[in-house]
Amino acid sequence: MSRQDSSTIVIHGRKVVPGVAEGEALVTNDRVSGWGGVDPRTGTIVETRHELRGQSFAGKVLVFPGAKGSSGWSAQFHMTRLMGTAPAAWLFNEMTTKIALGAVVSHAPAMTDFDRDPLTLIHTGDWVRVDADAGIVTITRKGS
Amino acid sequence: MRLTDEEKAMRDGRDGPTIAKAMDLLIRYGEALDAEDFVETRNVCGTVTASTPFMRDFAAAKGGMDAVFSEFNLDSAEVVPLPRSVRAFTSHLQLGFDPHHPQEMGVNEQIVEFYKKSEAMAVGMGVQMMNTCTPYQVGNVPTRGEHCAWMESSAVVYINSVLGARTNAEGRESASAAMLTCRIPNWGYHLDGPRLATHGVVLDIAVDTVEDWGLLGYWIGDWVQDRVPVVWGLSSVPNLPRLKHFGAAASSSGGVEMYHLVGVTPEASTEAQATGGRMLKEIRRYGARERAATFEKINANGSDRQVDYVMLGCPHYTIEQIWEAAQLLQGRHVHENCALWIWTPMAIKTLADRNGYTKIIEDAGGKIMTDSCSAMSRAVPPGTKVVALDSAKQAHYLPAILGVQAWFGTTSQCIDAACSGRWA
Repeated sequence: MSRQDSSTIVIHGRKVVPGVAEGEALVTNDRVSGWGGVDPRTGTIVETRHELRGQSFAGKVLVFPGAKGSSGWSAQFHMTRLMGTAPAAWLFNEMTTKIALGAVVSHAPAMTDFDRDPLTLIHTGDWVRVDADAGIVTITRKGS
Repeated sequence: MRLTDEEKAMRDGRDGPTIAKAMDLLIRYGEALDAEDFVETRNVCGTVTASTPFMRDFAAAKGGMDAVFSEFNLDSAEVVPLPRSVRAFTSHLQLGFDPHHPQEMGVNEQIVEFYKKSEAMAVGMGVQMMNTCTPYQVGNVPTRGEHCAWMESSAVVYINSVLGARTNAEGRESASAAMLTCRIPNWGYHLDGPRLATHGVVLDIAVDTVEDWGLLGYWIGDWVQDRVPVVWGLSSVPNLPRLKHFGAAASSSGGVEMYHLVGVTPEASTEAQATGGRMLKEIRRYGARERAATFEKINANGSDRQVDYVMLGCPHYTIEQIWEAAQLLQGRHVHENCALWIWTPMAIKTLADRNGYTKIIEDAGGKIMTDSCSAMSRAVPPGTKVVALDSAKQAHYLPAILGVQAWFGTTSQCIDAACSGRWA
């Protein structure tokens, strides 16, 4: 096996929003708040006790458990798309109406219902390719 | 998704391009959820007005209110005509500012004019301008089993849990599409199974006051996140302000949209009814230690004792709460270095005016504001660094949104802070 192959992991899941995108992973075990939790101008998480506070998801593949908080969720991520700060793709485990609608209006590819847990397999900084149409996520380890 | 002939006709443009865009969004959303079909709804709460500089600029650049409605309400970059009328009974939620107090809100005349234009658009479509996070206070009280499409997490958890209505937490786009089509994905809390309790809470201490209920809600949300808790061991029957605070807190620290209180809420006459006979995943006890830790957590952003601003009315105050605030304020004065703003729906302010409470509050130097709140408007009195609040939800959001320090306590403590300028 080549070095590339040994450092590449593939997981499968269900398409939530169609499309293909890739980018650096930003992984959190904390659920993400929309309204009051992110600043769409910069794509930054601002929730006081969030482990990603101060970090931006703009252009990243956001890997997280799911959504929480206000129903302003979708409108906030709708704004991130219009302001150019939306995530490149979404990978999450817990389906809710907030994340479903937020992902839909962000127009970024999104997936859920994985055969293996992306939260344990993907680390921040890994390069992740999301092919929602085929239901495939390809993970390349950082530094490999 | 399985579509009825009626839904296919709406999707395919029988009723024009605007309805087609609404149906297209609902189908994309329903497929994202993996919903099997749609449910009919005739009760929608959402947001269609525009009140931000971003939307004003968007309207100017892209062709007016049609473009704003197409993009922000229907997720359509293609500009479609404004709908002539909504089909479902639709209540408007709170706004990005109180248009009656532009100076305090820090908004200029052009933004107020832009908002008024969008309000005229909403009224023209038949939307009820309740402009509150608590439509269930002012004329929209869903019945048990009624399928709804509501936004606003604190209202969603209230009507699901306390009234037995059925809604998920919708967003601006899905609620807008629902008001035009009377459809919403038949998923989540529209179905029987997801409404059943998954986690149990046994109360070891009395939970009686509005503050007690906020702390319990914040603790439960932090633990169960978006699962469905059932609580038993209640010391007294909570009223509207208590459950309004409880649900708002639980949906802020977590994502609770449905809960059961055994012997109180309509789908929990017994513990067995709440769980549907299923085993709970976990049961925890809530006692003095949990209450104290939650209190510390909510107050973690407070350090300076000098209070610049006291905000009451999250979620929007009931008339009973305004009455209480007026009684606490009577004959006293808000400190010269502090401000007191109380937020409530306009319909309730009208009642407060008539009852004389507004005069008592204004004579003391406080203000009754409507249509919004400080978190929504990002507006606080000039120079505010420290706020005092009687809402766990507002204490959760305001420091994150505005970078202020927040003290959380009882309404009485907040009124004392307003009059002394200090958090005791």
